[in-house]
Amino acid sequence: MLSALTLILSCQLAGELVTRFLGLPVPGPVAGMVLLFGLLAIKGSVPEDVGSVADSLLRHLALLFVPAGVGVMAHMGLLGQDWLPISVALVGSTLATIAVTALVMNRLARPAPEGNAESENG
Amino acid sequence: MADINEVWVYLSASPLLFLTLTLAAFQAGSWIYDRSGQQPFLNPVLTAVIAVVALLTLSGTSYETYFEGAQFVHFLLGPATVALAIPLYRQFDRVRRSALALVTSLLCGSLTAIGTAVGLGWLLGASRETLLSLAPKSVTAPVAMGITEQLGGLPSLTAVLVILTGILGAVLGPPLLSLIGVKDWRARGLALGTASHGIGTARALQAGELAGAFSGLAMGLNALATAILLPVLWRLFF
Repeated sequence: MLSALTLILSCQLAGELVTRFLGLPVPGPVAGMVLLFGLLAIKGSVPEDVGSVADSLLRHLALLFVPAGVGVMAHMGLLGQDWLPISVALVGSTLATIAVTALVMNRLARPAPEGNAESENG
Repeated sequence: MADINEVWVYLSASPLLFLTLTLAAFQAGSWIYDRSGQQPFLNPVLTAVIAVVALLTLSGTSYETYFEGAQFVHFLLGPATVALAIPLYRQFDRVRRSALALVTSLLCGSLTAIGTAVGLGWLLGASRETLLSLAPKSVTAPVAMGITEQLGGLPSLTAVLVILTGILGAVLGPPLLSLIGVKDWRARGLALGTASHGIGTARALQAGELAGAFSGLAMGLNALATAILLPVLWRLFF
Protein backbone atom coordinates (compact mmCIF):
# COMPACT_ATOMS: atom_id res chain seq x y z
CA MET A 1 0.00 0.00 0.00
CA LEU A 2 2.79 2.43 0.95
CA SER A 3 4.92 1.39 -2.01
CA ALA A 4 1.93 1.76 -4.35
CA LEU A 5 1.29 5.29 -3.08
CA THR A 6 4.97 6.12 -3.45
CA LEU A 7 4.89 4.84 -7.03
CA ILE A 8 1.84 6.96 -7.90
CA LEU A 9 3.29 10.11 -6.30
CA SER A 10 6.65 9.52 -7.98
CA CYS A 11 4.93 9.30 -11.37
CA GLN A 12 3.13 12.56 -10.65
CA LEU A 13 6.38 14.24 -9.58
CA ALA A 14 8.19 12.96 -12.66
CA GLY A 15 5.25 14.15 -14.78
CA GLU A 16 5.46 17.64 -13.26
CA LEU A 17 9.21 17.78 -13.90
CA VAL A 18 8.94 16.55 -17.50
CA THR A 19 6.12 18.95 -18.45
CA ARG A 20 7.90 21.92 -16.82
CA PHE A 21 11.27 21.24 -18.40
CA LEU A 22 9.93 20.45 -21.86
CA GLY A 23 7.14 23.05 -21.76
CA LEU A 24 4.51 20.45 -22.73
CA PRO A 25 0.88 21.60 -23.02
CA VAL A 26 -0.48 18.93 -20.63
CA PRO A 27 -0.67 19.06 -16.82
CA GLY A 28 1.90 17.15 -14.77
CA PRO A 29 -0.58 14.54 -13.46
CA VAL A 30 -1.68 13.68 -17.03
CA ALA A 31 1.98 13.16 -17.99
CA GLY A 32 2.28 11.08 -14.79
CA MET A 33 -0.67 8.96 -15.96
CA VAL A 34 1.11 8.27 -19.26
CA LEU A 35 4.28 7.41 -17.34
CA LEU A 36 2.51 4.98 -15.02
CA PHE A 37 0.75 3.42 -18.00
CA GLY A 38 4.16 2.91 -19.63
CA LEU A 39 5.53 1.24 -16.50
CA LEU A 40 2.52 -1.09 -16.33
CA ALA A 41 2.93 -1.95 -20.01
CA ILE A 42 6.62 -2.82 -19.42
CA LYS A 43 5.73 -4.93 -16.41
CA GLY A 44 2.85 -6.58 -18.24
CA SER A 45 0.40 -6.54 -15.32
CA VAL A 46 -1.03 -4.34 -12.57
CA PRO A 47 0.54 -5.17 -9.16
CA GLU A 48 -2.24 -5.99 -6.71
CA ASP A 49 -1.49 -3.18 -4.24
CA VAL A 50 -1.20 -0.55 -7.01
CA GLY A 51 -4.57 -1.70 -8.33
CA SER A 52 -6.27 -1.44 -4.95
CA VAL A 53 -4.80 2.00 -4.12
CA ALA A 54 -5.84 3.30 -7.55
CA ASP A 55 -9.32 1.84 -7.21
CA SER A 56 -9.87 3.45 -3.82
CA LEU A 57 -8.64 6.84 -5.10
CA LEU A 58 -10.89 6.64 -8.15
CA ARG A 59 -13.95 5.33 -6.31
CA HIS A 60 -14.31 8.78 -4.76
CA LEU A 61 -12.99 10.88 -7.64
CA ALA A 62 -16.11 13.07 -7.62
CA LEU A 63 -15.45 14.10 -3.99
CA LEU A 64 -12.07 15.52 -4.97
CA PHE A 65 -13.76 18.20 -7.10
CA VAL A 66 -15.77 19.66 -4.23
CA PRO A 67 -13.11 22.17 -3.01
CA ALA A 68 -12.62 23.52 -6.55
CA GLY A 69 -16.39 23.65 -7.01
CA VAL A 70 -16.78 25.73 -3.87
CA GLY A 71 -14.15 28.10 -5.35
CA VAL A 72 -16.41 28.61 -8.35
CA MET A 73 -19.28 29.80 -6.20
CA ALA A 74 -16.95 32.19 -4.41
CA HIS A 75 -15.93 33.68 -7.77
CA MET A 76 -19.30 33.82 -9.51
CA GLY A 77 -18.90 37.59 -9.69
CA LEU A 78 -16.35 37.05 -12.46
CA LEU A 79 -19.18 36.03 -14.78
CA GLY A 80 -20.07 39.73 -14.68
CA GLN A 81 -21.91 41.48 -17.49
CA ASP A 82 -21.44 38.59 -19.90
CA TRP A 83 -23.39 36.14 -17.73
CA LEU A 84 -26.09 35.55 -20.37
CA PRO A 85 -23.82 34.67 -23.34
CA ILE A 86 -21.68 32.65 -20.91
CA SER A 87 -24.60 30.56 -19.59
CA VAL A 88 -25.99 29.90 -23.06
CA ALA A 89 -22.54 29.04 -24.42
CA LEU A 90 -21.73 26.71 -21.50
CA VAL A 91 -24.98 24.74 -21.65
CA GLY A 92 -25.22 24.70 -25.46
CA SER A 93 -21.60 23.82 -26.05
CA THR A 94 -21.46 21.12 -23.37
CA LEU A 95 -24.56 19.39 -24.79
CA ALA A 96 -23.31 19.73 -28.38
CA THR A 97 -19.87 18.37 -27.52
CA ILE A 98 -21.28 15.33 -25.71
CA ALA A 99 -23.75 14.58 -28.53
CA VAL A 100 -21.24 15.00 -31.37
CA THR A 101 -18.48 12.96 -29.69
CA ALA A 102 -20.82 10.13 -28.71
CA LEU A 103 -22.63 9.95 -32.06
CA VAL A 104 -19.42 9.92 -34.12
CA MET A 105 -17.93 7.25 -31.85
CA ASN A 106 -21.15 5.25 -31.96
CA ARG A 107 -21.09 5.34 -35.75
CA LEU A 108 -17.38 4.60 -36.24
CA ALA A 109 -16.52 2.09 -33.49
CA ARG A 110 -17.31 -1.50 -34.24
CA PRO A 111 -19.88 -2.88 -31.81
CA ALA A 112 -18.32 -4.12 -28.58
CA PRO A 113 -18.04 -7.92 -28.94
CA GLU A 114 -18.91 -8.65 -25.34
CA GLY A 115 -21.89 -7.89 -23.16
CA ASN A 116 -19.97 -6.57 -20.21
CA ALA A 117 -22.06 -6.19 -17.12
CA GLU A 118 -22.02 -2.49 -16.33
CA SER A 119 -24.64 -0.71 -14.31
CA GLU A 120 -27.50 0.95 -16.12
CA ASN A 121 -27.14 4.44 -14.75
CA GLY A 122 -24.16 5.76 -16.73
CA MET B 1 -17.68 25.50 29.72
CA ALA B 2 -15.82 27.39 27.01
CA ASP B 3 -17.40 30.30 25.22
CA ILE B 4 -18.91 29.20 21.90
CA ASN B 5 -17.07 32.01 20.14
CA GLU B 6 -13.73 30.80 21.44
CA VAL B 7 -14.49 27.30 20.26
CA TRP B 8 -15.43 28.65 16.83
CA VAL B 9 -12.27 30.74 16.59
CA TYR B 10 -10.19 27.72 17.51
CA LEU B 11 -11.95 25.33 15.12
CA SER B 12 -12.11 27.65 12.14
CA ALA B 13 -8.36 28.20 12.36
CA SER B 14 -7.56 24.49 12.08
CA PRO B 15 -7.92 22.45 8.88
CA LEU B 16 -9.97 19.81 10.69
CA LEU B 17 -13.31 21.60 10.56
CA PHE B 18 -13.43 22.34 6.83
CA LEU B 19 -11.91 19.02 5.87
CA THR B 20 -14.65 17.28 7.84
CA LEU B 21 -17.28 19.61 6.37
CA THR B 22 -16.17 18.74 2.82
CA LEU B 23 -16.39 15.00 3.45
CA ALA B 24 -19.68 15.25 5.34
CA ALA B 25 -21.29 17.42 2.64
CA PHE B 26 -20.28 14.93 -0.04
CA GLN B 27 -21.50 11.99 2.02
CA ALA B 28 -24.83 13.71 2.54
CA GLY B 29 -24.98 14.53 -1.19
CA SER B 30 -24.29 10.89 -2.10
CA TRP B 31 -26.95 9.71 0.33
CA ILE B 32 -29.56 12.06 -1.15
CA TYR B 33 -28.53 11.02 -4.67
CA ASP B 34 -28.95 7.32 -3.89
CA ARG B 35 -32.20 7.84 -2.00
CA SER B 36 -33.64 9.81 -4.94
CA GLY B 37 -33.03 6.86 -7.25
CA GLN B 38 -29.95 8.66 -8.67
CA GLN B 39 -31.70 11.69 -10.14
CA PRO B 40 -29.16 13.44 -12.42
CA PHE B 41 -29.96 16.88 -10.97
CA LEU B 42 -29.08 15.67 -7.48
CA ASN B 43 -25.47 15.03 -8.51
CA PRO B 44 -23.47 14.75 -5.24
CA VAL B 45 -20.76 17.22 -6.34
CA LEU B 46 -23.43 19.80 -7.08
CA THR B 47 -25.35 19.35 -3.82
CA ALA B 48 -22.13 19.23 -1.75
CA VAL B 49 -20.85 22.46 -3.35
CA ILE B 50 -24.15 24.25 -2.77
CA ALA B 51 -24.32 23.05 0.84
CA VAL B 52 -20.74 24.11 1.61
CA VAL B 53 -21.18 27.51 -0.07
CA ALA B 54 -24.36 28.07 1.94
CA LEU B 55 -22.63 27.21 5.22
CA LEU B 56 -19.58 29.36 4.41
CA THR B 57 -21.81 32.29 3.50
CA LEU B 58 -23.94 31.94 6.64
CA SER B 59 -20.89 31.71 8.90
CA GLY B 60 -19.05 34.51 7.09
CA THR B 61 -16.09 32.27 6.28
CA SER B 62 -13.81 33.17 3.36
CA TYR B 63 -12.89 30.70 0.64
CA GLU B 64 -9.23 31.00 1.66
CA THR B 65 -10.02 29.85 5.19
CA TYR B 66 -12.15 27.01 3.87
CA PHE B 67 -9.43 25.94 1.44
CA GLU B 68 -6.86 25.55 4.22
CA GLY B 69 -8.83 22.51 5.31
CA ALA B 70 -10.16 21.44 1.92
CA GLN B 71 -6.72 21.51 0.27
CA PHE B 72 -6.03 17.99 1.55
CA VAL B 73 -8.92 16.67 -0.51
CA HIS B 74 -8.01 18.92 -3.45
CA PHE B 75 -4.42 17.64 -3.42
CA LEU B 76 -5.59 14.08 -4.09
CA LEU B 77 -6.77 15.13 -7.58
CA GLY B 78 -3.19 14.82 -8.82
CA PRO B 79 -2.55 11.24 -7.63
CA ALA B 80 -6.10 10.27 -8.72
CA THR B 81 -5.36 11.53 -12.24
CA VAL B 82 -2.17 9.44 -12.31
CA ALA B 83 -4.21 6.46 -11.07
CA LEU B 84 -6.42 6.69 -14.20
CA ALA B 85 -3.58 4.74 -15.84
CA ILE B 86 -4.89 1.60 -14.14
CA PRO B 87 -8.40 1.42 -15.70
CA LEU B 88 -6.82 2.52 -18.97
CA TYR B 89 -4.30 -0.33 -18.78
CA ARG B 90 -6.94 -2.91 -17.85
CA GLN B 91 -9.19 -1.83 -20.74
CA PHE B 92 -6.39 -1.17 -23.22
CA ASP B 93 -7.30 -3.99 -25.59
CA ARG B 94 -10.65 -2.36 -26.22
CA VAL B 95 -9.08 1.09 -26.51
CA ARG B 96 -6.58 -0.14 -29.09
CA ARG B 97 -9.25 -1.91 -31.15
CA SER B 98 -11.19 1.33 -31.52
CA ALA B 99 -8.18 3.68 -31.72
CA LEU B 100 -9.02 5.27 -35.08
CA ALA B 101 -12.68 5.80 -34.19
CA LEU B 102 -11.61 7.18 -30.82
CA VAL B 103 -9.19 9.76 -32.23
CA THR B 104 -11.67 10.85 -34.93
CA SER B 105 -14.51 11.27 -32.44
CA LEU B 106 -12.24 13.09 -30.04
CA LEU B 107 -11.16 15.61 -32.68
CA CYS B 108 -14.80 16.17 -33.74
CA GLY B 109 -15.71 16.68 -30.08
CA SER B 110 -12.79 18.99 -29.41
CA LEU B 111 -13.61 21.21 -32.41
CA THR B 112 -17.31 21.22 -31.45
CA ALA B 113 -16.43 22.29 -27.90
CA ILE B 114 -14.31 25.22 -29.08
CA GLY B 115 -16.54 26.20 -32.02
CA THR B 116 -19.90 26.15 -30.25
CA ALA B 117 -18.60 27.85 -27.09
CA VAL B 118 -17.01 30.73 -29.02
CA GLY B 119 -19.81 30.81 -31.63
CA LEU B 120 -22.67 31.01 -29.13
CA GLY B 121 -20.82 33.51 -26.98
CA TRP B 122 -20.05 35.68 -30.01
CA LEU B 123 -23.66 35.57 -31.29
CA LEU B 124 -24.88 36.81 -27.92
CA GLY B 125 -22.32 39.60 -27.80
CA ALA B 126 -19.72 38.39 -25.30
CA SER B 127 -16.53 40.43 -25.08
CA ARG B 128 -13.29 39.26 -26.65
CA GLU B 129 -11.80 38.45 -23.25
CA THR B 130 -14.86 36.39 -22.33
CA LEU B 131 -14.71 34.49 -25.63
CA LEU B 132 -11.06 33.64 -25.01
CA SER B 133 -11.88 32.47 -21.51
CA LEU B 134 -14.78 30.33 -22.80
CA ALA B 135 -12.90 28.67 -25.65
CA PRO B 136 -10.96 26.02 -23.62
CA LYS B 137 -13.80 25.35 -21.11
CA SER B 138 -13.95 21.60 -21.81
CA VAL B 139 -10.30 21.08 -20.92
CA THR B 140 -8.94 20.15 -17.49
CA ALA B 141 -8.34 23.32 -15.43
CA PRO B 142 -4.53 23.75 -15.40
CA VAL B 143 -4.27 23.36 -19.19
CA ALA B 144 -7.33 25.53 -19.88
CA MET B 145 -5.93 28.33 -17.72
CA GLY B 146 -2.57 28.11 -19.49
CA ILE B 147 -4.20 28.35 -22.94
CA THR B 148 -6.37 31.31 -21.93
CA GLU B 149 -3.44 33.17 -20.45
CA GLN B 150 -1.34 32.63 -23.55
CA LEU B 151 -4.07 34.07 -25.80
CA GLY B 152 -4.93 37.02 -23.57
CA GLY B 153 -8.08 35.89 -21.74
CA LEU B 154 -8.76 35.75 -18.01
CA PRO B 155 -7.39 32.56 -16.38
CA SER B 156 -9.48 33.02 -13.21
CA LEU B 157 -12.70 33.26 -15.26
CA THR B 158 -11.60 30.19 -17.22
CA ALA B 159 -11.16 28.21 -13.99
CA VAL B 160 -14.77 29.00 -13.05
CA LEU B 161 -16.08 28.10 -16.52
CA VAL B 162 -14.13 24.83 -16.56
CA ILE B 163 -15.67 23.62 -13.29
CA LEU B 164 -19.18 24.72 -14.32
CA THR B 165 -18.75 22.84 -17.62
CA GLY B 166 -17.65 19.75 -15.68
CA ILE B 167 -20.70 19.84 -13.43
CA LEU B 168 -23.05 20.56 -16.37
CA GLY B 169 -21.67 17.61 -18.31
CA ALA B 170 -21.89 15.24 -15.35
CA VAL B 171 -25.50 16.30 -14.67
CA LEU B 172 -26.85 16.66 -18.23
CA GLY B 173 -24.60 14.20 -20.08
CA PRO B 174 -26.02 10.81 -19.07
CA PRO B 175 -29.70 11.75 -19.70
CA LEU B 176 -28.73 13.36 -23.03
CA LEU B 177 -26.80 10.23 -24.08
CA SER B 178 -29.79 8.05 -23.25
CA LEU B 179 -32.08 10.45 -25.12
CA ILE B 180 -30.02 10.24 -28.33
CA GLY B 181 -29.81 6.47 -27.98
CA VAL B 182 -26.07 6.02 -27.30
CA LYS B 183 -25.72 2.84 -25.25
CA ASP B 184 -22.11 1.94 -26.05
CA TRP B 185 -20.06 2.51 -22.87
CA ARG B 186 -17.01 3.43 -24.90
CA ALA B 187 -18.89 6.24 -26.67
CA ARG B 188 -20.56 7.42 -23.46
CA GLY B 189 -17.26 7.57 -21.58
CA LEU B 190 -15.44 9.24 -24.44
CA ALA B 191 -18.11 11.93 -24.74
CA LEU B 192 -18.13 12.72 -21.01
CA GLY B 193 -14.33 12.96 -20.82
CA THR B 194 -14.06 15.11 -23.95
CA ALA B 195 -16.76 17.59 -22.91
CA SER B 196 -16.33 17.60 -19.14
CA HIS B 197 -12.75 16.54 -18.29
CA GLY B 198 -12.23 15.09 -14.79
CA ILE B 199 -15.72 15.70 -13.45
CA GLY B 200 -17.14 13.91 -16.49
CA THR B 201 -14.62 11.12 -15.90
CA ALA B 202 -15.69 10.78 -12.27
CA ARG B 203 -19.28 10.38 -13.52
CA ALA B 204 -18.24 7.88 -16.22
CA LEU B 205 -16.31 5.79 -13.66
CA GLN B 206 -19.49 5.42 -11.63
CA ALA B 207 -20.98 3.59 -14.60
CA GLY B 208 -18.05 1.19 -14.82
CA GLU B 209 -14.40 0.78 -15.66
CA LEU B 210 -14.86 0.64 -19.45
CA ALA B 211 -16.59 4.03 -19.60
CA GLY B 212 -14.07 5.38 -17.07
CA ALA B 213 -11.07 4.25 -19.12
CA PHE B 214 -12.34 5.90 -22.30
CA SER B 215 -13.28 9.03 -20.36
CA GLY B 216 -9.91 9.41 -18.65
CA LEU B 217 -8.12 8.97 -21.95
CA ALA B 218 -10.43 11.48 -23.65
CA MET B 219 -9.67 14.02 -20.90
CA GLY B 220 -5.93 13.72 -21.49
CA LEU B 221 -6.17 13.74 -25.28
CA ASN B 222 -8.57 16.68 -25.38
CA ALA B 223 -6.19 18.72 -23.24
CA LEU B 224 -3.47 18.02 -25.79
CA ALA B 225 -5.72 18.60 -28.84
CA THR B 226 -7.15 21.88 -27.54
CA ALA B 227 -3.73 23.19 -26.50
CA ILE B 228 -2.52 22.65 -30.05
CA LEU B 229 -5.67 23.51 -32.05
CA LEU B 230 -7.07 26.51 -30.20
CA PRO B 231 -4.19 28.99 -30.71
CA VAL B 232 -4.11 28.11 -34.43
CA LEU B 233 -7.90 28.43 -34.84
CA TRP B 234 -8.00 31.70 -32.92
CA ARG B 235 -5.41 33.32 -35.20
CA LEU B 236 -7.31 32.01 -38.23
CA PHE B 237 -10.66 33.56 -37.27
CA PHE B 238 -9.80 36.64 -35.18
